[in-house]
Amino acid sequence: MTLKNVLLASSAIALIAAPLAAQDMADSMTIVSWGGAYQNSQLKAYVEPYQEANPDVSVTWDESSNEAVAKLRAMDEAGNVTWDLVDVVASDAIRLCDEGLAMEYDPDELLAPAEDGTPASEDFGDMLVSDCFIPQIVYSTTVGYRTDMVPEGTDPPTDICALFDLDTYPGQRALEKRPINNMEWALYCDGVAKDDIYDVLETEEGQDRAFAKLDTIKDDTVWWSAGADTPQLLADGEVFMGSTYNGRLFSVIEEQDQPVAMLWDMQVFDLDGWIIPANLPEDRLARVKDFVKKETTTQALADQAKYISYGPARSSSAPLVGKHDELGIEMAQHMPTDPANAKNTLLYNYEWWADYRDDLDAKFQAWLTR
Amino acid sequence: MSDIAESDDRISAEGSRDLKRSLNRALRAQKMRALMLIAPLLIFILVTFIAPIVDMLFRSVENEIVSDTLPRTVLALDDWEYTSGETPSEAVFAALYYDLFVAAELKEHTRLGSRLNYETTGISSLFRKSGRRVDRFDTDIYADQFTALDPAWGEPATWTMMSEALDDDPDALPETASALEGWHHLLKVERDDPATEAPADILFTALYRDLSAGAPGLNDGDLAAMTATARQAVDGFETVSIRDQFVDVDDSWLDPEIWGTIKAYAPKYTIGYFLKSVDYQLTPEGIEKQPEDQQIYIRLFVRTLVMSLTIMVSCIVLGYPVAFLLANLPMRYSNVLMILVLLPFWTSLLVRTSAWKVLLQNQGVINDILVWLHIVSESGRLALINNQTGTIIAMTHILLPFMILPLYSVMQTIPPTYMRAAKSLGATDWTAFWRVYFPQSVPGIGAGSILVFILAIGYYITPELVGGTSGIFISNRIAYHISSSLNWGLAAALGSILLVAVLMLYWAYDRIVGIDNVKLG
Repeated sequence: MTLKNVLLASSAIALIAAPLAAQDMADSMTIVSWGGAYQNSQLKAYVEPYQEANPDVSVTWDESSNEAVAKLRAMDEAGNVTWDLVDVVASDAIRLCDEGLAMEYDPDELLAPAEDGTPASEDFGDMLVSDCFIPQIVYSTTVGYRTDMVPEGTDPPTDICALFDLDTYPGQRALEKRPINNMEWALYCDGVAKDDIYDVLETEEGQDRAFAKLDTIKDDTVWWSAGADTPQLLADGEVFMGSTYNGRLFSVIEEQDQPVAMLWDMQVFDLDGWIIPANLPEDRLARVKDFVKKETTTQALADQAKYISYGPARSSSAPLVGKHDELGIEMAQHMPTDPANAKNTLLYNYEWWADYRDDLDAKFQAWLTR
Repeated sequence: MSDIAESDDRISAEGSRDLKRSLNRALRAQKMRALMLIAPLLIFILVTFIAPIVDMLFRSVENEIVSDTLPRTVLALDDWEYTSGETPSEAVFAALYYDLFVAAELKEHTRLGSRLNYETTGISSLFRKSGRRVDRFDTDIYADQFTALDPAWGEPATWTMMSEALDDDPDALPETASALEGWHHLLKVERDDPATEAPADILFTALYRDLSAGAPGLNDGDLAAMTATARQAVDGFETVSIRDQFVDVDDSWLDPEIWGTIKAYAPKYTIGYFLKSVDYQLTPEGIEKQPEDQQIYIRLFVRTLVMSLTIMVSCIVLGYPVAFLLANLPMRYSNVLMILVLLPFWTSLLVRTSAWKVLLQNQGVINDILVWLHIVSESGRLALINNQTGTIIAMTHILLPFMILPLYSVMQTIPPTYMRAAKSLGATDWTAFWRVYFPQSVPGIGAGSILVFILAIGYYITPELVGGTSGIFISNRIAYHISSSLNWGLAAALGSILLVAVLMLYWAYDRIVGIDNVKLG
């Protein structure tokens, strides 16, 4: 090979290699989320800042989080996963991880440490409920009630068992059409100590007990399946009290100014976060990793709380939570994790429900149709 | 003379045969041409419609995951009976150890766990926990003892040789051969090089078990000498019970129920999903009826059929007069009426359903008007939504155009002169309608009914939104199993039953009414 040829060849390689280096990261991402106010908070807090720093990256949203588990499985079977980052609740993340559809990752490698240098695995701590789950927010399922429908001369309800007290607080209830949360509340109000709830619920008698308690309000309950149902039912005065996500109640109370108040008692904490689909092509994976590293920092998570009343999953983010972007009210007191709200709480028991979900759901649905 | 006649006959016979042949050829060419013309559509339908449906329905019996993930355990369980009431032997636990080790490395064990959890509660976490611990079992003492005996045991090359030797004669060290097979499968999937990967604990455990159980061993080569030495030494080895290792992770492994479930679902095909769809279950003891508190599907199937029929009948009752008006009014009125029929038809299904929510709910428009008119009292507001009434009202409205349009197109073809003729012969209005007009409109009713009924049977969004608990259909459960519980096998079984039920009803309809009597215009 002559010198000239070598030069030509190497410059050709350089020419090919240069754009390749730039292409290491894909320049588009498909992010899956829930739509509505929640997705908007992610757009404002994560995606817009990221796009400002990386103007050539385009982001496509897919509002499919509701059926993400099924769709991801279908995509995986078809061998064509088009999603890059998927927002799911923790229990779905566990299911996806079990199915091998979500990527396992090392928190300290993928996620940035806190500003004081605490490694991510410690900063997120217990929130890392699955090897695939990148926690974002803590939300809670809690109960709201119509303040104007409280009977005259009665104190407004302060504890969860008001749900089952039709004598003092008559009126319709709205509860989710699934066993999770309802069974726990039923047992708790039937006199089971909080720490024993899951032990009792494991037994046939315990399950019967929970159903018997739910039986007392079954005829006065509207069963919801979409998060928007209860806020609407409350706003229409269809129900007196109902369970839903705390962020939904926040918007009914603070943004829509409805006569609704919240019952933080026995709120059930749950987590929502990202998963990265398994087996992504390298360039797309690199882009997603970059995005996740930059947009799950202490500050980024705290920023999301400016747009929606869900608590950041990093413990270092809590002190940074500021005012609502539009309403200008302090958000800290509306966080489910705020000490005033979190006096009596329950943490969703993921491992337990992963086991009992199929069984109890069959029983619950059979109970509903009876 | 007769010769000539005979040959004439032969000629004509030959001629007609030729003629037949060329006719056949022409016909075949024609058929082929016709087939070619429809080929694009046929292929399209086959590939994008029939094949996916068949594939999905096939899942209702497919169950390869158990024998694919735990091949050795399934084999070992052949000798175990659930009815014995005992926990399986150490050999079964060893087989499970090899299988689970490979599955956990490949992250397949949790998948199997969720599959078996549909049958027996608790298996999901049992597999997850055991998978997490299985590579930290105390069986590493075997590896230590073998390598202390001869460092060559720690070399990957030894095991490559072993695998080659055992390929020819797997019975020499049966468990080792089996464990090696799993190990190599793992390396292949992970794209690791067998020449460099340090041998896993399962190999030493299997070798120890083979040698201590007196397996014949290898006859020639360096390995024969090595195994012979090892055979002398294993009697003095420190041992560990694999069963205790599993029990240490979770004592559910002592529960015969768990093993019974694995055994019951070991075959590649199962009727378990279909049994579940009709409120039975496949348990280790055989087929049993589901306990009372879990029976739901039969009830939902019956409800789906009954409510779809109700909706169909109310569509006929409401749709017939409208179609009659459409067909018989002067053009300018009927056009306006037609637009009124079509307008909701073009509106989104969700919008129409949500509109019904606003109208029907307790504090909704209809109840408000009734209270205002003093027809019902404030406390006696009607429950029109979140029950069967709500589903029937909303779905009748949504499906009404599917009844009106076929009816209308059939009615349009009925000449008005027939009615006039009947009346001129002395029939009353009613007799003329009932004896002359109605029979001619029946094909339209048939077409509309089939359309409405089959559409209704598969609806799930509307029942989900307005049906509450008493107004939901079987399709709601199918949707739940597809998108939430990921139990696609059960969803497929429920779907297959629904499909067969519809086809049977269609067949019955064809038998009783005759499908030729159905007209869309």
